[in-house]
Amino acid sequence: MQKKVMLGNEAIARGAYEADCRVAVAYPGTPSTEILETIARDYRNIKAQWSPNEKVALEVVAGSSVAGARSMAAMKHVGLNVAADPLFTFSYTGVNGAMVIINADDPGAWSSQNEQDNRHYARAAKVPMIEPSSPAEAKEFTKIAFDISEQFDRPVIVRITTRIAHSQEIVELGDKKDVPLKDFERNPQKYVMIPAHARPRHRFIEEQMEKLRDYSNKSHLNRIEWGGKKRGIITNGVAYHYVKEVCPDDSILKIGFTWPLPDERIKEFAEAVEELYVVEECDPFIEEHVKALGFKVTGKDIIPLLGELTPEIVDMALNGKKPLNDIPAYTGSVPGRPPALCKGCPHGFVFDILAKLDVVVNGDIGCYTLAVLPPYSAMHSQGCMGASVSMHHGFELARGDEMARNSVAVIGDSTFIHSGITPLIDIVYNKGTGTVIILDNRVTAMTGHQENPATGKTLMGEETHQLDFVALAKAVGVRRVVKIDPKNVEEFERVVREEVAAPEPSVIISTRKCILMK
Amino acid sequence: MKNVIFAGVGGQGVILASKILMEVAMNAGYDVKESEVHGMAQRGGSVDCHVRFGEKVYSPLIERGTADYIVCFELLEIMRKLDFLRPEGKAIINTLQIDPAPVQAGLASYPGDLDQWLRSNVKDVLIVNADPVLSEVKSKRALNIVMLGVLSQFLEFSDDQWTAAIKGMVKEKFVDMNLLAFEKGRALASGQ
Repeated sequence: MQKKVMLGNEAIARGAYEADCRVAVAYPGTPSTEILETIARDYRNIKAQWSPNEKVALEVVAGSSVAGARSMAAMKHVGLNVAADPLFTFSYTGVNGAMVIINADDPGAWSSQNEQDNRHYARAAKVPMIEPSSPAEAKEFTKIAFDISEQFDRPVIVRITTRIAHSQEIVELGDKKDVPLKDFERNPQKYVMIPAHARPRHRFIEEQMEKLRDYSNKSHLNRIEWGGKKRGIITNGVAYHYVKEVCPDDSILKIGFTWPLPDERIKEFAEAVEELYVVEECDPFIEEHVKALGFKVTGKDIIPLLGELTPEIVDMALNGKKPLNDIPAYTGSVPGRPPALCKGCPHGFVFDILAKLDVVVNGDIGCYTLAVLPPYSAMHSQGCMGASVSMHHGFELARGDEMARNSVAVIGDSTFIHSGITPLIDIVYNKGTGTVIILDNRVTAMTGHQENPATGKTLMGEETHQLDFVALAKAVGVRRVVKIDPKNVEEFERVVREEVAAPEPSVIISTRKCILMK
Repeated sequence: MKNVIFAGVGGQGVILASKILMEVAMNAGYDVKESEVHGMAQRGGSVDCHVRFGEKVYSPLIERGTADYIVCFELLEIMRKLDFLRPEGKAIINTLQIDPAPVQAGLASYPGDLDQWLRSNVKDVLIVNADPVLSEVKSKRALNIVMLGVLSQFLEFSDDQWTAAIKGMVKEKFVDMNLLAFEKGRALASGQ
């Protein structure tokens, strides 16, 4: 058996390949990006693409699934918010070829705007969710997800976290299965969700979830490792390894099938141990379920709700151990090293000007969000992809001309394509007068230089149509459109002053390629 | 079980160093795990990688107070990692100083007493200056390999095992330069 050290995300790509996945679609987002990059690099028989956003990605995958192909979408946790609309209704239609969603949560918010726990989506959307604890398991679980999807006619979510996506271990490589394309049958009762079709499908999926509850009880993805019976610990994801490390003598119920949870296994385990604990990152998802089953359990009263877990946090909570060395505390001051815009970054020219003009800046998601920090300190709102443009309009609705003549929205090229176009239409349609600056550095930079519809290249490296921001802005009705290199600082400042002052919508396309690009 | 932390600044090649050590350990028959941070760290922020190898490894993260070695590519960064060192652990530190953004912006200053403080307060500390080696091999990018060379003097693996891993993991045209950097790194360790 060939063995290879693999990143969790590489292992997932391998799992998709071995399961004979035919279509893989994503929008880049840390910590999920390397899944599709690995497919494009190593498994080129899979049709893989970046879509403009996660909603589109999931819908493309739903199409491929209904058409009969094993298909997979990958996204970060907040990406599933964008794709929640298709998730909830494609849960009703179910699948033809398997439909697998890789969801990467980011406890600790290493590279995200929040720490949301996407296990709640599985329950809310009535789809099964499985959770590996390591890269090697991530490969195996991904393969299993394809099988479960087809067996139960459900989309399946594989939930990983940053510590699985971005940790490495030895993975055993298997052979690729050969799964033929399934026939596509016209079946509007299953695939067209008018109310008359949706109601019976709702009954069907509730029945499927009952079957999956039974499956979860029997699945080897949920595993009891008996040790001492004094203490029993229910745990999942990477936290399982922390528990193994610091509580080697206790009994463990490892949850790999997260939704539906295995009630019978939980009861068997809880009844056999004297004290019951749940060690899980993020929300008390398992803990509340165990409590609802009627068991007394210790969880979030000793395990933090915030941030990611570490071995020492678990060691301290369960064993009262405070791992220390005897090095005295340094009494001087150690300056922090926050990430910053690179030296010569094209965004830097823009934020120097915006800081100088002292305008209100509605910001967005990308490298340029770092402009909130010194030396620029030039960002005043930011929330999710595209919100710069829509919030900018909201600022104007709330405060009128006084705000509109003293503020801008800034949004990157890829983020604008992801979710900035519809709010730009909103500004024009609803007679706003705001100024939107598209920070076009010719690449999706933040996540490590991925192609996007404005770069003229696909994920697979093929030449393609290059989206034209000027033509697009004009097409939605913006009459004042300026494209300019931000290195022309004086000219750029004049343009910003003029466009902000103009009592009609305007778009400034700040075009200069990322300093890290060759 | 051995626990090794590589620490430095985005762009210094911390992740590649950890990958090479993993490869060496795996080929020597050990179970290995590693944990790294992507994303924001690439924009000049602090970067670290935890590497663990032994008969059976569970956690990809090293527990505080249990690192056998911390290999730090930049002087200031060691100050964020010292609580990971086990009491008998060894800190290997490059003297290079890179001003973080707040220092560049004049909002903070780079402490001037670190070298002295580390020598007085950390039991087992090896402070090296990789600069002359980097000048000699004519590549600043070989810093990670030089530091691996220093570390290699304290681990059980043979020259051949290191050489094989380096050959397999750096670009072909840079193999000779990196092997030289590694050898010079080994010499740095014994020269102190």
